[in-house]
Amino acid sequence: MSVALLDLRGIQKSFLGVQALAGVDLHVRAGEVLAVLGENGAGKSTLMKVIAGVHQPDHGEIRVDGKPVTIKNTQHAQALGISIIHQEFNLIPHLSVAENIFLGREPMKPGRLLIDWKKMMEETRALLKKVGLSVHPKRLVGSLNVAEQQLVEIAKSLSFQPKVIIMDEPTAALNDEETHNLFAIIQELKEAGTGIIYISHRLEEIFHISDHIMILRDGTFVDRLRTDAANKDQVVALMVGRELTDYYPVLAEPSDQVQMEVRNLFAGGRLHQVSFRVHKGEILGIAGLMGAGRSELAKALFGVIPVEGGDILLNGTKMMPKSPKHAIRQGIAMVSDDRKGEGLVLSMSIEENLTLANLDPVIHFGWINQSKQKEVVSRNMERLKIKAASSELPVQFLSGGNQQKVVLGKWLETRPQVLILHEPTRGVDVGAKAEIYQLMKELAEQGVTILLLSSELPELMGMSHRILVMHEGRITGEFDRKEATQEKIMHCATGGDQSGVA
Amino acid sequence: MAWLNKYRTLFVLILIVGIASFLNEAFLTPDNLLIVARQVSVTAIVAAGMTLVILVAGIDLSVGSVLALCGVVVAGVLGSTGNVVAAIAASLGVGALFGLVNGFLTTKGGMPSFIVTLATMAIARAITLVFTNGNPEVIRDASFREIGGGYIAGIPIPVIVMFVIFAVLYLMLKHTRFGRYIYSVGGNETASRLTGINTDRIIMAAFVLSGLFAALASLIYTARLSSAQPTAGTGLELDAIAAVILGGTSLAGGQGGVVGTLIGAFIMGILDNILNLMDVNPYYQGVVKGIVIILAVYADNKFTSLLRARRKHPPVAQEKAAGGETVKGA
Repeated sequence: MSVALLDLRGIQKSFLGVQALAGVDLHVRAGEVLAVLGENGAGKSTLMKVIAGVHQPDHGEIRVDGKPVTIKNTQHAQALGISIIHQEFNLIPHLSVAENIFLGREPMKPGRLLIDWKKMMEETRALLKKVGLSVHPKRLVGSLNVAEQQLVEIAKSLSFQPKVIIMDEPTAALNDEETHNLFAIIQELKEAGTGIIYISHRLEEIFHISDHIMILRDGTFVDRLRTDAANKDQVVALMVGRELTDYYPVLAEPSDQVQMEVRNLFAGGRLHQVSFRVHKGEILGIAGLMGAGRSELAKALFGVIPVEGGDILLNGTKMMPKSPKHAIRQGIAMVSDDRKGEGLVLSMSIEENLTLANLDPVIHFGWINQSKQKEVVSRNMERLKIKAASSELPVQFLSGGNQQKVVLGKWLETRPQVLILHEPTRGVDVGAKAEIYQLMKELAEQGVTILLLSSELPELMGMSHRILVMHEGRITGEFDRKEATQEKIMHCATGGDQSGVA
Repeated sequence: MAWLNKYRTLFVLILIVGIASFLNEAFLTPDNLLIVARQVSVTAIVAAGMTLVILVAGIDLSVGSVLALCGVVVAGVLGSTGNVVAAIAASLGVGALFGLVNGFLTTKGGMPSFIVTLATMAIARAITLVFTNGNPEVIRDASFREIGGGYIAGIPIPVIVMFVIFAVLYLMLKHTRFGRYIYSVGGNETASRLTGINTDRIIMAAFVLSGLFAALASLIYTARLSSAQPTAGTGLELDAIAAVILGGTSLAGGQGGVVGTLIGAFIMGILDNILNLMDVNPYYQGVVKGIVIILAVYADNKFTSLLRARRKHPPVAQEKAAGGETVKGA
C-alpha cells in the first residue's frame, strides 16, 4: 500500500502533570475513512488538536506524506494539507457565508488591492452546491440554522482542498437527509484520494462510512479494527472497557390515563393543527427533519413561544403555558437541544446548576441552606452517576455526558409530570447514553410522561412506546414501536402520508 | 490554588499598602486610614451597585449624573420643607426611579444598557443643570451634614454605611435566591429564562439597586460638601467601573462579587492618597491609576489562564487558552 498521508507514532501529551495522551499511534492513507472512537475524555480531542497544530506533542513523531514534520500552528497544519471541521463552529455570525469561507484569503483582483467579489461568489456557490446547501452566498451566517452553519463549515474546510480532513461530530446538528448528503461528499472525497478522520458518537454512522475504526480509552490506543470485520458490541466494549448490556432497556407498558392532550395546536407560525395524546408513563417519540416543527412544538408546550391557537390539556384541564416559569409550575420540564446555550449556566458550579430550577427545598427563611443543597446535589450525583472531582466545579469543565446529566438532574428536581427531552444524547458518549436511556425507562415507570424529540432514528425506535412523525409543522404519521421502521418514518418525515407505507 | 485565585485582588491591595507605607510613613496611621476609607466610601457605594449591574452583564453609565441629580433633590426638598427624612426619601426615590427606567428600557425595550444609560446619564445631568442653573445649592441643615461628617464610636458614618452595604450585599449574593439568580442571569440569560427565572425582573432589580446606591452615595457626598454641586459625580461611573473590574468581576457577567469591588475601590483610593501624600501633581494621578488598572487586569488574565490550565480536564481547559481553535467532543 501507499505511504500514509498522515502518520503519528507514540504521541504523548500531558497538561501540567495530567497525561492526556500516553503514546498513541494513528495513520490515515489516501482514500481511507478512519473513525476515531472513545468516550468523552478518552483523548480524541487532544489528539485532533495535536494534528491540527493547536498542541505540540511532548513525545512522538508526526509524518505527513512520509516526511517528519513539526506542526507549529493551525495555519501550518492547513499549509500541510490538514483541515478540521469543528464540532463547534468558528464562523463569524455577522459576516456572509462567502466572507466566512474565504476569511483571511479572499480572492483579489489584479493589483491585490481589491477583493474579487465576483470570483468569491462563484467559488462559494460551487462549494455550497457541493455540500448541498441552497442558500445565497451573501446570507449572513448568523441567520442560518445550526445544520446550515455546519454545512458552511464543511464547505469552508473543502475550500482548502486538503489532503486530510478531520471531521469532529459533523452530523451532530444534521438530520438524516443532510447526513446522507454528507456521506455522499465523503465518498467523493475518498475517491479523490483524501484521507478522512471521522469522529462521531453515532456508531451506526461509523459502521456505515468508515474503513477502519481506531479506539482510544483513557489516553491510550486500544485497538484498530477493519470496520467490515467489527461489530457494534465489540466496539462498545472496547471503548468503555466493559460489556454494556441493555443498550436500549426494555420499557414497561404505560398506563391508560391521558397525561397530556394537544388539540389543533398552532404556534410559532410553523405548527399547523397538531393534535396528539400522551399517556402517563409513556415515552412518545417525535421524529422529523430539520424545520419540521419539532422544536416549535417543544417550545410552545414549554411556554417559550406563544400558542396561536388550539388547546393544551394537562390531566384533562386546559392550560396555556405563558412562560417557562408558568410551564414548570404546571409540571412540565424541557431539556433543550442546545445544552450550552439554553441548558446550563457554564460559569456556575454543578451544585448551583442542579438547584437552579427549584430552589424552594434548599431555601429556609430566604436563606440558602448549604447542607440541604449538598443533600440535593449528592442525591443527583449518585442517581445520575455524575463524575466530577467536586460538586463545586463549574460545569464548563465537565464532559458533554456529565453536563447533560446535570441538566437532567436540574429538571428532575422540579418533579415534572411531563418531561420534554430534545436531543437528550447529542454529543454524549456511549456509556452516558446508556445511563440516560436507563434513567428514561425508570422515570417512565415512575409515571413521568416523556416526549422524546430526536434526530437519531435508532434512538427514537429503541426508546419510544410510540412515534409521531412531523413534516412542515403537521403530524404526518404515527407508529407503534413494533411497526416503526426507518423507511416508514422517513417516508412520513419527507411529506408522504402514512397509508403509503402501512 | 483556589484560595490564591479567590484572594488575588487582596494580594494586590496588600502589595500597594506595603509600597505606600514604605514610601511615606504617614500612610499607615489610623487617622490617615480613616481618611482614605471616608474618601473611598462614595465611589465604593456607587461601585457596589455597579457590581450588581455588571454581574447581570449590564453596565450603568448614569450613576455619576444620578448622584448629582439626587444631591440637587435633597438640597431642594430640604430648602423648601426643612424635613430631613422627606429629603432623603425623595433623593432615594429619584435614584431608584432612574434605575427602574434604565432596567425597563434595557429589558422590555431590548436596548443595550450601555446606550440606555448613556442617554439617561445625559438626561439626569441636564435636569440637574436646569434646576440649579449651574450653581451649587448650599445646605445649612446641621443634622443632615452629620451624614457626611459625623462619627459613631470614632468611625466616620460614611465608612460605617459603606461597610454595612457591602456586608449585606455579600450575604445577599452568596446566600439568597436573588443572589443566585443574579449570577445565573449574568452567566446565561437564555438558560436562566428557560429554567423558569424571571430574568427581566432580576435585571431590573439590579439597575434599581444601582440607582438607589447612587442616591445613597449622593447623600454622603452632598452632606460632606454641605452643598449640592451640579457637576458632582462627573466621571464617577468610570471610577466605579474601574473598581469593579479591579475587583475581578467579569464584564461579561456572571462572575465576581462585591468583596473584590470593595478591595478595588480601596486600591484606587490608596493610590490617590499616597500620590497626594507624596505631593505628586494631581494631573499625573490619572496616568498612575490607568497604569495600575491595566497591570492589574493583565496580571489577572494571565493568572486565570494559568489556573484554568491546572484544572482536572486538560483538553477542555486548554480551549480558552488556545483561542478560537476549539476541537471538542472527546
